[in-house]
Amino acid sequence: MDQFILQILNGLDKGSAYALIALGLTLIFGTLGVVNFAHGALFMLGAFCAVTVSKLLSLSHKVVDDTRTDFLGNPMQVDVPYLHDWFGAATGDTIIDWAVPISIIFAIPVMVCIGFIMERGLIKHFYKRPHADQILVTFGLAIVIQEVIKYYYGANPIPTPAPSAFKGSFDFGVLIGFDVNAIIYPYWRLVYFFFSLVVIGAVFAFLQFTTFGMVVRAGMADRETVGLLGIDIDKRFTVMFGIAAAVAGLAGVMYVPINPPNYHMGMDFLVLSFVVVVVGGMGSLPGAVAAGFLLGILESFASTSWAVSNLPGINQVIIYLVAIIILLTRPRGLMGRKGVMEE
Amino acid sequence: MLGLEKKDFRLLLVVIGLTLFAPIILNPFPAGSEMAQFNAGYPDLMQRFVIFGIFAIGFNILFGLTGYLSFGHAAFLGVGSYSAVWMFKLLSMNVLPAIILSVIIAGLFSLLIGFISLRRSGIYFSILTLAFAQMSFALAYSVLTPITGGETGLQLALDDPRILGASQTASGNIPVPSLFGLEMRASYEMAVGAWSFTFNAGYYLAAIILVLAFYLAIRIFRSPFGMMLRAIKSNQTRMSYTGLNARPYTLAAFVISGMYAGLAGGLMASMDPLAGAERMQWTASGEVVLMTILGGAGTLIGPVLGAGMIKYFENIFSKINSQVLHEWFGFLPDGLEDFVVTLIYPFVGKGWHLTLGIVFMLVVIFLPGGLVQGGQKILATLRRKKTDDANPGATKPAE
Repeated sequence: MDQFILQILNGLDKGSAYALIALGLTLIFGTLGVVNFAHGALFMLGAFCAVTVSKLLSLSHKVVDDTRTDFLGNPMQVDVPYLHDWFGAATGDTIIDWAVPISIIFAIPVMVCIGFIMERGLIKHFYKRPHADQILVTFGLAIVIQEVIKYYYGANPIPTPAPSAFKGSFDFGVLIGFDVNAIIYPYWRLVYFFFSLVVIGAVFAFLQFTTFGMVVRAGMADRETVGLLGIDIDKRFTVMFGIAAAVAGLAGVMYVPINPPNYHMGMDFLVLSFVVVVVGGMGSLPGAVAAGFLLGILESFASTSWAVSNLPGINQVIIYLVAIIILLTRPRGLMGRKGVMEE
Repeated sequence: MLGLEKKDFRLLLVVIGLTLFAPIILNPFPAGSEMAQFNAGYPDLMQRFVIFGIFAIGFNILFGLTGYLSFGHAAFLGVGSYSAVWMFKLLSMNVLPAIILSVIIAGLFSLLIGFISLRRSGIYFSILTLAFAQMSFALAYSVLTPITGGETGLQLALDDPRILGASQTASGNIPVPSLFGLEMRASYEMAVGAWSFTFNAGYYLAAIILVLAFYLAIRIFRSPFGMMLRAIKSNQTRMSYTGLNARPYTLAAFVISGMYAGLAGGLMASMDPLAGAERMQWTASGEVVLMTILGGAGTLIGPVLGAGMIKYFENIFSKINSQVLHEWFGFLPDGLEDFVVTLIYPFVGKGWHLTLGIVFMLVVIFLPGGLVQGGQKILATLRRKKTDDANPGATKPAE
């Protein structure tokens, strides 16, 4: 039983990432009808926002420390972050320590801007082109974004730690009445899970309870009629693209402490996220979220030693296998709407 | 001639000429000169040109004619490579049975995957093929290690049985792939003045197969079967309303293109007898998509051009480093030289993927017909033909 709960927990953090990326993909697909292969690159850009912020915050200058000497006997030079000068040592250290959460504030406007530029500059021209063209041009864009990041940040993963308050693990099992050390779970993964729940909840609330969201939902259902009512639906869809980009970016920002980001992390996630979207049902937001968590948890169950010893290799292929079965038995995915992507 | 129209026959002759004289055409600069690094006429690269040309021709039969975008074609190439290497291990070092087996196995494999994937179309088809290819890749890396060699790849060994050949050569080495005794790596060097040309047996074998594959592709393009495939691309619904079942045609196209990929994989293993799982990864599938689109999907010669271009850039363009750039722009004043080099540097050398991505995007946006369409446009402008009413606005992005 404790193993069971542990595997569910293990699946949650990856599942959260899948769910967030798939949510953004579905938002773009449901509103603009565009298949965005560059969405993984947006996830990666978000992660590098966090890297940038953490680097900026720890910018430092050299100060000669007279009390200590280096190995040559000269007075030692110490790096002092500028934040120490501005806010004092204690506050400065806390800010540097919390770099990853702080970069959320920075990442949202950046990602929304990138989303706007992408939509207005490129995607706009591809509404009426075939899906194959959309896939190809966004695939090309993803390569370009990756290479630009690689040029500036190098090809190696850049470790960026979580705030020290969330380092280490906590004993989840004790809370619900299991033995000590039965279910150990890292704090940050729990934070990631709740963070993703908040983001998903915010997106749904935005669509459900605001006038803007209502118009967008109406546009998703019948774009032409909304346009005939005198509403500039394109403008609103552009905003939705920005929001989708921000969601992917946030998923990337918070994923940094779990997995040090490198320039191709986006592509690795993208392939799986597409599978998630298809399993959930093209154009269905709840489907994307549900399928994201479901596949994340399934993946973690398939990685247990029991599963691997009985079905060798199952941990590698489970997601694709599920996708194939779902696509062949339920072509619209788990919660797909009728008439979406059915030529 | 050969059942081809005059125009197609001329195209075939051009391809034959190009492949036949490739060692000379691709070596336009004298050996040892400063420009010699742009020579592409060395066997390894020329082999890659033709092998990926075959791969792209096959992919084009599926994507160019039927419009089904497969994102998992590298799986067939990988399967072809593995079967060829197994043939080298078990039967003999003769490349002929190895290539035949790799085509057959890839064909069977693509029949299986195509049978399932072609139940869906559009993006679902792309995702299904991607899923199958990633599955094969993951399995080849992990569980199937006894068959595929896992991470190290499948290699020849001294104690392989090789029923019809020798396990070892007289000197105790692993024998090399050959065609009835003609070693694939055998080369003939010819020096003409300052130039030196290398004629390689493996390259010419691959080139002959490329010409055959190209001929077959022309026949498919011009056949009633090819017409059917085009009909599927333009309007599948209408086709099924007229009482035709599209599935057998798409499946046939899928299997044919899978066999082309297997042929390319078998040839790749024949030139260098080892096979690794990374050949099946989805980035490899993406590469053949890039080649086909860049050259021009749906055209005959386009995919070959695209494959040649990408492989040329990959091997030659990526060699340009900042030192070379400084030499080139040495004639400029110092400050300007540094400025120009800094400006260009991100796009060459290690950053050639960036150039590739940008060129690819530009092609998709402005030239959906690829480089071939670009060439045709330039020709048409030169001839001052009226292209405006022939295909109005075909290249403008849809607003």
